[in-house]
Amino acid sequence: MLKIENLEVTYGNIKAIKGISLEVNQGEIVTLIGSNGAGKSTTLRTISGILKPKSGSITFNGERIEGVEGHEIVAKGICQSPEGRRIFPKMTVDENLDLGAFLRNDKAEIKRDRQRVLELFPKLQERIDQKAGTMSGGEQQMLAVGRALMGSPKLLLLDEPSMGLAPVLVEMIFETIKKINDQGTTILLVEQNALAALNVADRAYVLESGSIKMSGKARDLISNDEVTKAYLGG
Amino acid sequence: MANSSTRFSARLLIERSVATLIIGLVFFWLAINLVKSPSQFFQSSIIGISNGVLYALIALGYTLVYGIIELINFAHGDLFMLGGLFAATFITVWFKQETPSNTGYAVFFLCLIAAMGFCATINVGIERFAYRRLRKAPKLAPLITAVGVSFIIQFIGIRWNGSGPKTWNSVLPSGEFTISSVHIPYTTVISFLVTIPLLIFMTFIVAKTRRGKAMRATAQDADAARLMGINVNKTISFTFALGGALAGAAGLLFQQTRGLTNYNLGYQLGLIAFTSAVLGGIGNLSGAVLGAILIGLIQGLNDGLPIGLGQQWSQTVVFTILILLMVFKPTGLLGKPMVEKV
Ligand SMILES: Nc1ncnc2c1ncn2[C@@H]1O[C@H](COP(=O)(O)OP(=O)(O)OP(=O)(O)O)[C@@H](O)[C@H]1O
Ligand SMILES: [Mg+2]
Repeated sequence: MLKIENLEVTYGNIKAIKGISLEVNQGEIVTLIGSNGAGKSTTLRTISGILKPKSGSITFNGERIEGVEGHEIVAKGICQSPEGRRIFPKMTVDENLDLGAFLRNDKAEIKRDRQRVLELFPKLQERIDQKAGTMSGGEQQMLAVGRALMGSPKLLLLDEPSMGLAPVLVEMIFETIKKINDQGTTILLVEQNALAALNVADRAYVLESGSIKMSGKARDLISNDEVTKAYLGG
Repeated sequence: MANSSTRFSARLLIERSVATLIIGLVFFWLAINLVKSPSQFFQSSIIGISNGVLYALIALGYTLVYGIIELINFAHGDLFMLGGLFAATFITVWFKQETPSNTGYAVFFLCLIAAMGFCATINVGIERFAYRRLRKAPKLAPLITAVGVSFIIQFIGIRWNGSGPKTWNSVLPSGEFTISSVHIPYTTVISFLVTIPLLIFMTFIVAKTRRGKAMRATAQDADAARLMGINVNKTISFTFALGGALAGAAGLLFQQTRGLTNYNLGYQLGLIAFTSAVLGGIGNLSGAVLGAILIGLIQGLNDGLPIGLGQQWSQTVVFTILILLMVFKPTGLLGKPMVEKV
């Protein structure tokens, strides 16, 4: 579904991504783990068209999409819940969800997706008319994921959805990710919480200072000594 | 801890009482004048408010652009001036209309649409060629560019209009009608008839339409807006078009109600309109309208009331109020400080 080959991304003179290749297949949850500054968010932002790559290619369903404008990427079916949530603080929860479906005009379908999001995150239903900026961090995170789902994506990019959440909520968000995937959405998940991510994912890539250091089945990586030492605190 | 909080509340107390005192004095001054000469009071208010709605049209252009790309578009006042020149050329030179008549009114209406389109196009062009490539540059770069664009437009103004003021005959009726000794010029009525629907239409676009939604989202977080599928460049262009159109309408109204054009009018009115936008809370649309009407009203009352400082102090009064407001409420009348969660 998504195929990245020899991707290079720079910020001015700083090389953030140094020629990575990765692949996400239809129906999978793939996780991209790595320590701070490894380049995970940079990769997602490049897929979403917020950043332009220096070289390399990104192919989505057989179509080259590197360097395509951000809004066109959404139209192709890739939605992202970005790092730091980035909800629209002065708008209500309702309006935020509405904006998630900005490019769609299939009213009935949108209504169904809204129902589904509110079922996944009942908290949002309670807060539906509250200004998003006044919600707690965890609630904002749910909104960010819900908003991305409102785009009815073929591929959902999640950038640290568990960041700053209480342990109970972390568990809940990973269960939700699994549920979203079971309902048919392919997911590329970026996480600091490597253990939880590996538990929910089918396959994983380990990113270190802009290069892929390891990749394989999530199950295998959990039991890999090197991974355990570096990312699972063992 | 306790110490700092008491000091804080003491400061708040002083601020509150000074603000109350000033407001009290203003009301006292208004009350005296109202009692002394009610008809003059209402007369001045009407003149003031009708100037205010004109300022509002221009102020909205500043606040719209600031809201979406955080740029103080110094060239905006000059765009208004250009709108006036366009109106004069359109009505008097091209259509040769110099007196009130049905043809004159029709041309006026046509010119409203044409001037709005003209200024919208120019504003979009300015953004496209001067500001867009500087969007990621440090804030000072587009700001200086805006000053440069302002000079360019003024130069065009000199070429088009000459280096001094020009007077024009208006197609609008020059009479007035009287309600219990308050004289209301027809041009004032026409100003309201043009401005108020425009303001309502504008509010509708921003609050209710898809484009408006995209504008508000882009204003809050452009990258997040991109992730929703919003075409940010197009949205910014649209914002400049809206602001430009309003400046065009203001240019026509000014030229036809005052019968005057001059290359430096944009500087004078632009400054007042910008002040209105800041007074109301820059980036806030209702704030800009409120600020503009207040400034118009204050000017009108100060100029027209029997006990007042008179016209030569008008600007001083306006800017004193602005400075006081900025000291006590830096976000402007309707601007809210936004606490962002990290
Ligand atoms: N706007 C920017 N300008 C310059 N350098 C940047 C910018 N954004 C990121 N970088 C650099 O690029 C590298 C990768 O950053 P990125 O945000 O992709 O890391 P990450 O893996 O998402 O880290 P984290 O887990 O902390 O979110 C870092 O070294 C970072 O300092
Ligand atoms: Mg990151």
